[in-house]
Amino acid sequence: MNNLIYLVPLLPLIGFLINGLGRKHLSKPLIATIGSGTILLSFIISIVLFFDIKATGGKVITAFTFINADAFKIDFSFQLDNLSSLFLLIITGIGFLIHLYSAAYMDEEKPDHYARYFAYLNLFVFSMLLLVMGANYVIMYIGWEGVALCSYLLIGFWFKNDNYNYAANKAFIMNRVGDLGFVLAIFWLLTKTGTVSFNELFTDATLAKLSTTDITAITLLLFIGGASKSAQIPLYTWLPDAMAGPTPISALIHAATMVTAGIYMIARSNILYSMSEVTQHIIAILGIATAFFSATIAIKQNDIKKVLAYSTVSQLGYMFLALGVGAYTGAVFHVMTHAFFKALLFLGAGSVIYALHHEQDIRNMGGLKKKMPITHLTFLLACLAIAGIPPFSGFFSKDEILAVAFAKNPIYWVLGVATSILTAFYMFRLYATTFLGKYRGTDEQAKHIHESPKTMTIPLIILAVFSVIAGFVGVPTVLGGSHQLHQYLSPVLSAEKVFHLEHSTEYMLMGITVALAVIAIFYAINKYSKKPELNEPSGLGKILANKWYVDELYDAIIVKPVLALGSFLKNIIEKSGIDALVNNVGTFVQYAARQLRLVQTGQVAGYIMMMVLAIVVFVLLWFYDASILKLIGKLFY
Amino acid sequence: MPIQYYIYLALALFCIGIVGVLTRRNAIIVFMCIELMLNAVNLLLVAFSQMHQNAVYATNKVTSAGIEGQLFVFFIMVVAAAEVSVGLAIIVMLYRNTRSVDINFLNRLKN
Repeated sequence: MNNLIYLVPLLPLIGFLINGLGRKHLSKPLIATIGSGTILLSFIISIVLFFDIKATGGKVITAFTFINADAFKIDFSFQLDNLSSLFLLIITGIGFLIHLYSAAYMDEEKPDHYARYFAYLNLFVFSMLLLVMGANYVIMYIGWEGVALCSYLLIGFWFKNDNYNYAANKAFIMNRVGDLGFVLAIFWLLTKTGTVSFNELFTDATLAKLSTTDITAITLLLFIGGASKSAQIPLYTWLPDAMAGPTPISALIHAATMVTAGIYMIARSNILYSMSEVTQHIIAILGIATAFFSATIAIKQNDIKKVLAYSTVSQLGYMFLALGVGAYTGAVFHVMTHAFFKALLFLGAGSVIYALHHEQDIRNMGGLKKKMPITHLTFLLACLAIAGIPPFSGFFSKDEILAVAFAKNPIYWVLGVATSILTAFYMFRLYATTFLGKYRGTDEQAKHIHESPKTMTIPLIILAVFSVIAGFVGVPTVLGGSHQLHQYLSPVLSAEKVFHLEHSTEYMLMGITVALAVIAIFYAINKYSKKPELNEPSGLGKILANKWYVDELYDAIIVKPVLALGSFLKNIIEKSGIDALVNNVGTFVQYAARQLRLVQTGQVAGYIMMMVLAIVVFVLLWFYDASILKLIGKLFY
Repeated sequence: MPIQYYIYLALALFCIGIVGVLTRRNAIIVFMCIELMLNAVNLLLVAFSQMHQNAVYATNKVTSAGIEGQLFVFFIMVVAAAEVSVGLAIIVMLYRNTRSVDINFLNRLKN
């Protein structure tokens, strides 16, 4: 069984190597088979491991010693327990569907780019698996960096477009800010406790070595890492720009990998986080703020992928709210359901974009319901799931988060419900504008629209099924369930805070949320199915459409000063400082050599003269060394 | 006689030698100046040797201390004699070929 664990990350790595190295020689079907096949195998093994773990409990296996330096030893070891095995299923399962989908979506690419795409995709899954399976923060960090690298490579996949490259740079640089926090937290932990291994760290003896200040600082630093990966305020702006990559990549980043990394990391460190009230408050506040803030932006976006991107940021805000109030199961639950419906939404959007030949503006769509029935139906199901309509999966996970938010602080709940209404509104605005009404392109274009091939619709159908039913693993007691997910995760998430609400209160909360969401849905469909907004927005709408001008703000206060400093250093310090120094040293040596050359005249008398003079000087120095030293001393001290 | 006198005399001879080498253009005179410097050194060696022997003699009447300095001088004189014979031969040959013993004119080995 232990050897199977190694295979899970190893297979995608092998796929990456084959596709990456053989990209000039392999045919397209072979590339797609290798790329998807390795992930499928990983997925099958993950299922086996999942049931094994369920039966026998978690374990840590060590491959080899990674770092061994006197005071501390870091093993290259994998931790497989209830939390990580669940994430393995999400990553490999959804990852596989996305691979399958990509095989058709990317078929316009040339074979070597096709192979490059699949190689990056496999590497992405490999990094994410490493991140999830690592048994200590250092191994996790390797995966963490790998994910950042792969997102950079894939966002900038079409590297001939400069804007895409800028988006890739933005994602990478923003992630580096978070990585700094993560690294500092690791160093801090190592200095204070001497270990970064989860099992050794989360014991009372080790935790006793940390003061409250230490814990607050470490958790905050880790949170900076999590906030950059999982796109929270103030480090969220990279995620909407990450839409530059191919659509399946957006699905992969938003659903299965990358953005769940921060939530996984905090859930993994739940014991540490529960020890710091301050950090929890900050996380909860930033989480709900992100959720609300990005939901307002999503209302006025016209790019189909941008709307989905901001909805991801918003849903991630929910998850962070759950983490902040100590409901770790709720966060993981929402990660899971969100993975299904967000992957479905992105793949559905990809299907639309594919059918419309890379048209992404919803103002040019409309009336696709009849032309693309499967895409339409699955997209509708995903919209219902994300809007939190029972009995779709999003309802259960979102309801759980809202319930604990209410128990912790009603203000969180109010903002949460407001976000939920906004979510329902903008998702159905998107749905109505895209699929309902009349097609707004030319008739000629309308003739070419057709449903996507099977390799694209099958993943959509599978994901749609799971978007509908995935919520049933976490049916709360109030609705007659036993919340199996909670029971399953409880050994790992031992610091989980349990809130008790009256059943009548819970019914009321659910009722209010669902009723408001339904109203928002009907309002949105009514408003946009007949008469979609095609004009440029004005007033508040304009501010929202421009994303509250946050990018411009960052540009003004961070990017421009840094660039100015950079050009100052380049033009002034580098050119007239360092370069001048180096060049002048060179010129001086050449000049001195030219002058000294003249001393060698070939006249023996001259040489002897120099020799004698030198002897005289040395003799004088030798006789008067004491007084010369004294003179030098006086001059310099 | 105090040792300083010998040193001053040797120093004077050496300086005359150096100045001669540096300033004169006649090869034979330059040659003589070199001999002068050699002999200045010889004089110093002998003087110090004698001084050394005197110092040891006060306690040990049968000493041979300082004899090495005088031996060196003999060696130097022998070698100098050999050198002079070769050097003068060269100068004679030069004079026969060029009708000159001016060293500024004889710097043809340069380059």
